[in-house]
Amino acid sequence: MKLTPLRIAVLAFVAWWVAYTNLTQAVDAVVYGVLQLAPGSRISSAIHFFLYETPKVLLLLTLVVFGVGIIRSFFSPEKTRRILEDKPPLVGNVLASTLGIVTPFCSCSAVPLFIGFVEAGIPLGVTFSFLIAAPMINEVAIVLLFGLFGWQVTLLYVGMGLCIAIIAGYIIDRLKVERFVEEWVYAIRAQPSALQEERLSADDRVRYGWTQVREIVAKVWLYVLLGIAVGAGIHGYVPENFMAGLMGRSAWWAVPVSVLIGVPLYSNAAGIIPIVHALLEKGASLGTTLAFMMSVIGLSLPETIILRKVLKPPLIAIFVGVVATGILIVGYLFNAIM
Amino acid sequence: MTTVKILGSGCAKCKALHQRLLDLRTEHGLEFDLIKVTELREIMSYGIMATPGLVVNDVVKSTGVLPDATQILEWLKEAHHAA
Repeated sequence: MKLTPLRIAVLAFVAWWVAYTNLTQAVDAVVYGVLQLAPGSRISSAIHFFLYETPKVLLLLTLVVFGVGIIRSFFSPEKTRRILEDKPPLVGNVLASTLGIVTPFCSCSAVPLFIGFVEAGIPLGVTFSFLIAAPMINEVAIVLLFGLFGWQVTLLYVGMGLCIAIIAGYIIDRLKVERFVEEWVYAIRAQPSALQEERLSADDRVRYGWTQVREIVAKVWLYVLLGIAVGAGIHGYVPENFMAGLMGRSAWWAVPVSVLIGVPLYSNAAGIIPIVHALLEKGASLGTTLAFMMSVIGLSLPETIILRKVLKPPLIAIFVGVVATGILIVGYLFNAIM
Repeated sequence: MTTVKILGSGCAKCKALHQRLLDLRTEHGLEFDLIKVTELREIMSYGIMATPGLVVNDVVKSTGVLPDATQILEWLKEAHHAA
């Protein structure tokens, strides 16, 4: 039997499944057997956390990035642009936010993408829905949320992220901010994209998914390690309810302060989520935690600096302001109902 | 002579693509002009929506990805034969 990429992928998945389902036992054996640590002590709690969460998150990351890579091989910015052309407001915002999750996107390409959308006559508000959702709801954030918090919090995060992207985009559309786009953007007359849309075979898609895994895991593994190491320290050594006063529900200022700290703080999801997870355990409230994560991951300083090339300062301020307000509302809402 | 342009204003993948082309040129003793296009307006005139863009003799070959070496070699050969 010839080993095609598709067959290798199937074999790799079987190996993955075996590793993932036996992880708890293996780590227990190492921590309590080989290292002879007493269950329940601080050091064993911290070490167990680190030795278990690191491979778990890396395994999940590999699988999900691969899966998302396969899905993304069906999408391209050009295709997404075609779908978004001539869509009425709101419908456009909903589609743009959803497509933001599955379209391959890197914040370094935010400017070409922005210009490409504007040129095709896609409304600014719809373009912003895309630009808000794409970085905020990314596969790395989804993996870490799912791995550490479970599917409920993951769904909440994705759902709230989509809501913010849709509503913020719709508001930006209503504000009629076209005059705050740099004039030269409208002057560009690009030649129609001559790029051939090739038909990809199943093997091509597997290869594409694998390239994504290599690229993304190479980029984030160190942050995962550091984030989980700090998280493990907090897990083992910070007293219970330590964060209750600082990031708890009773502190009304906790949400805005989290957002204020979160926006300029630039970290990828891989580094921040394990730390936030440990804080939640120590008494931080879910709303405050969600708001902090969203502002760190979704609103990044580098991306706004890049967008400054095409947006005038008032529009940058509106963009950051509208999204930050959305995050604040999510924070307060969850603190109130959970 | 074949002209290869790399469209991109300094992202990590843009630099990697530039390096890959330099390596290919020395490894295979190829002859082509290699131009880095970093000016946004010029980048956008090619109608691409993700960087890096790889342009061989004014034809966009790839966008947003780092194509592998064999693929790039193939494009260069095609361009060479067409000329």
